[in-house]
Formats: sequence, C-alpha cells, structure tokens
Amino acid sequence: MQDPALFEYVLRLSDDSLILGQRLGEWCGHGPILEEDIALTNISLDLIGQAISLYDFAAELEGAGRNHDQLAYLRFENEYKNVLLVEQPNGDFAMTILRQFFFDAFRLPLYEALMQSPVEQLAAIAAKSVKETRYHLKHTSEWVIRMGDGTEESHERAQAAIDHLWRYASELFYEDAHDQTLQAAGLVPKMAGIQAKWSETVTAVLNEATLSIPTNNWKFDGGREGRHSEHMGYILSDLQYMQRAYPNMEW
Amino acid sequence: MVTAAEIRQFLQEVSDPEIPVLTIIDLGVVQQIYFQDETWIVELTPTYSGCPAMQQIEADILVKLQEKGISNAKVKHILSPAWTTDWISEEGRQKLRLYGIAPPVNEPDKSALFSDPPRVACPKCNSKDTRMVSLFGSTACKAHYQCNECLEPFDYFKCLK
Repeated sequence: MQDPALFEYVLRLSDDSLILGQRLGEWCGHGPILEEDIALTNISLDLIGQAISLYDFAAELEGAGRNHDQLAYLRFENEYKNVLLVEQPNGDFAMTILRQFFFDAFRLPLYEALMQSPVEQLAAIAAKSVKETRYHLKHTSEWVIRMGDGTEESHERAQAAIDHLWRYASELFYEDAHDQTLQAAGLVPKMAGIQAKWSETVTAVLNEATLSIPTNNWKFDGGREGRHSEHMGYILSDLQYMQRAYPNMEW
Repeated sequence: MVTAAEIRQFLQEVSDPEIPVLTIIDLGVVQQIYFQDETWIVELTPTYSGCPAMQQIEADILVKLQEKGISNAKVKHILSPAWTTDWISEEGRQKLRLYGIAPPVNEPDKSALFSDPPRVACPKCNSKDTRMVSLFGSTACKAHYQCNECLEPFDYFKCLK
C-alpha cells in the first residue's frame, strides 16, 4: 500500500457514512410522519452514496483488489473505524435528529475544508457531498429548533438526547499519527479548525432552540481504533447477513 | 466511423428513469464523450451521490448505443466537476414544468443555514403563493411543495449548487 495513512483516513470517512446511513435506514416505514420518513431515508441514501464513492477510493488506495462491497460487508467489527456517535441506536425521534445534527455540523466544515485538498479524488468527493450535507444540516437544525422551542415534552426529549449524546461528540475531532502525517503534508485539515466551526453551529442552534449545552466533559472514544460500543455487532449482523450467508450474491 | 456528436444525439433518446420526461442530455449528466483504446467512453456524473437511477441510466446508455450498432462503449462515472442544477437545459426546464415539477429557481444565499425557502411558482396555475411542505420529496433531488392558490401539491426540483 502506497499511503497507509490516507487509506485509514478515507476508510474512517467511509465507515462514518455507511454506519449512519444504515442506522437512518432503520427508520424506513417507521417515521413519525410520511414527510419525515422520506427525509430520513433520503439522507440515508445520500450517506450510503457518499460511502460508495469513499470506499471505491479507499479500495484504490489499498490496491489489494478489494471493491466497495467487500469493504462495506466483509470486515470484522474491529476493522470498522467509525466514531461511536454514528452507531448509537435511533432512540426516539429527538435522539435520531440530535445525533444527525451533531454529525452534520461536523461533516459540513470538514467537507468544505477537504474541497481544498490536493488529493484530487478526495476533493472531488467532498465537492459532491458538501452540497448534500448542506441540506442535511439545514433540515436537522430546523428540527432541533422546532423541538427545543416547541412543547414542554419536545423540549425535554431534545434536551435528554443532547445530554446523552454529548459524551460522543468530542470523538468526532479525534486525531492520531495518521491524521498528523496527512496534516503535515497539507493533505487534510487540522481538526481544531473543524471543531471551532462545529461549536459555533451547535451553540447558535441550541441557543435559538432554548436548549442548553452540557457542562460535563465526560468523553467516550475508541471507534477510530476499532473499539466499538455494544451496538456495533448488531448493526453488522443486519448489514452483513446476506453477504455472509450467500457470498458474492447480487440482486 | 460514428462521431461523439452523433453519440450525444443518440443519448438524447435515453430518458431519466425517475423523471421520464427528461432525457439524460436535458438533465446535464452526460459529460465528455471520447474515443480511447478502441472504446467509446461516455462520462456520467451523478445528480446526488446516492442516486439509485445511475446504474439504470448506465445500462440504458449501453443498450441504446448497442441498438445504434455501437458495441464498444463504456460508461465512466465521474464526480468532478460536481453536477449542478444549472446544467439542466432550458428545454429541460420547460419539460419539467409541463410535467408538473417546478424547475430549480435561483435561491438566495445557499450557504446560510437559515433562509426562507425559495419562492417557487406553481407548475399548474403559475401562482407564486406556494409553500414548502418538506425539504425532502419523492426523490433526493426534489422538495415537496403545495400551492396555496389552487391547492395543487407538487414536486420542486431542488437547486443544487
């Protein structure tokens, strides 16, 4: 492999998109209203589409003859490098929207920065995906405000979701030697800048929504190194079942 | 030998599977067409990353070219430059309107997180008094609107820039 750090970086992006897309797909047919059922699955489809482009690029970097399906369906749990946030259960609608909002507020500035990357394929995927992500963030921000500044119950549920998910937020900005290598070469942005933009968006929206930002700094991480929460295995058994039971099947 | 311009002409007969009133040329998803290593390459760019129509479009292109006697063709998927609704032709916009889908309008500041939804004219009665029902419609590329004047619910082809 020519560039293991870049492979790892792209794989992390791919896995975040795939696992969150899979999670959102669970809402199909279960949305609180028809429009929202359609919106959540549309966002899911965008994420899975982005995952395909990213996995294709990762496979090319790896140069081991694997394709996007093999990367998506035929790895073990500890080989997935997504953050813990995206694998958390859907919970109620507030939990799903807040999880998505925290993720979108991270992905948008990240894609905006990656559009400037000298890695052409990465910049192309970012330029394509940034337009979709802008719609996602708009949608989730509006819901956060509607729930927070809505009824007593919707406010309570939105706040409970924030309080629960907050521990997973800092992992979005995780950096290790792989990131530092790529940052030093000027190929990817530093996470500090992305985090500043994330905080700005989150603070503005939560203020508008009359929701409060938790003050505790309890942090969970491990996903980027392949150490996942107990939920991950269940997602993979759903996701991988067909390929494991009927290898190479297509339809 | 057939030319790239002729191939483009043939592709005017391939329609978008989800919006059959538009051809893939109207939609602006066909990029360069060129001959390389004894093969015709047709570059195709997706509207949205997860657009499920892309595989169908690819198959339709190959079938159409086969019909025209061109068997040495390949579809190459490209992401850059990223597709924008600006590439939908004027003719395509007219067809969309007649089909009952409001074509993309120039939206105010796209980068703003909060801005009023764009003012979209009803494709049936042309009234500007419409409202957005949902940012996400029947496909990823559309939003769902309703006309306050004639009450027609309609799809709006979202502006993607």
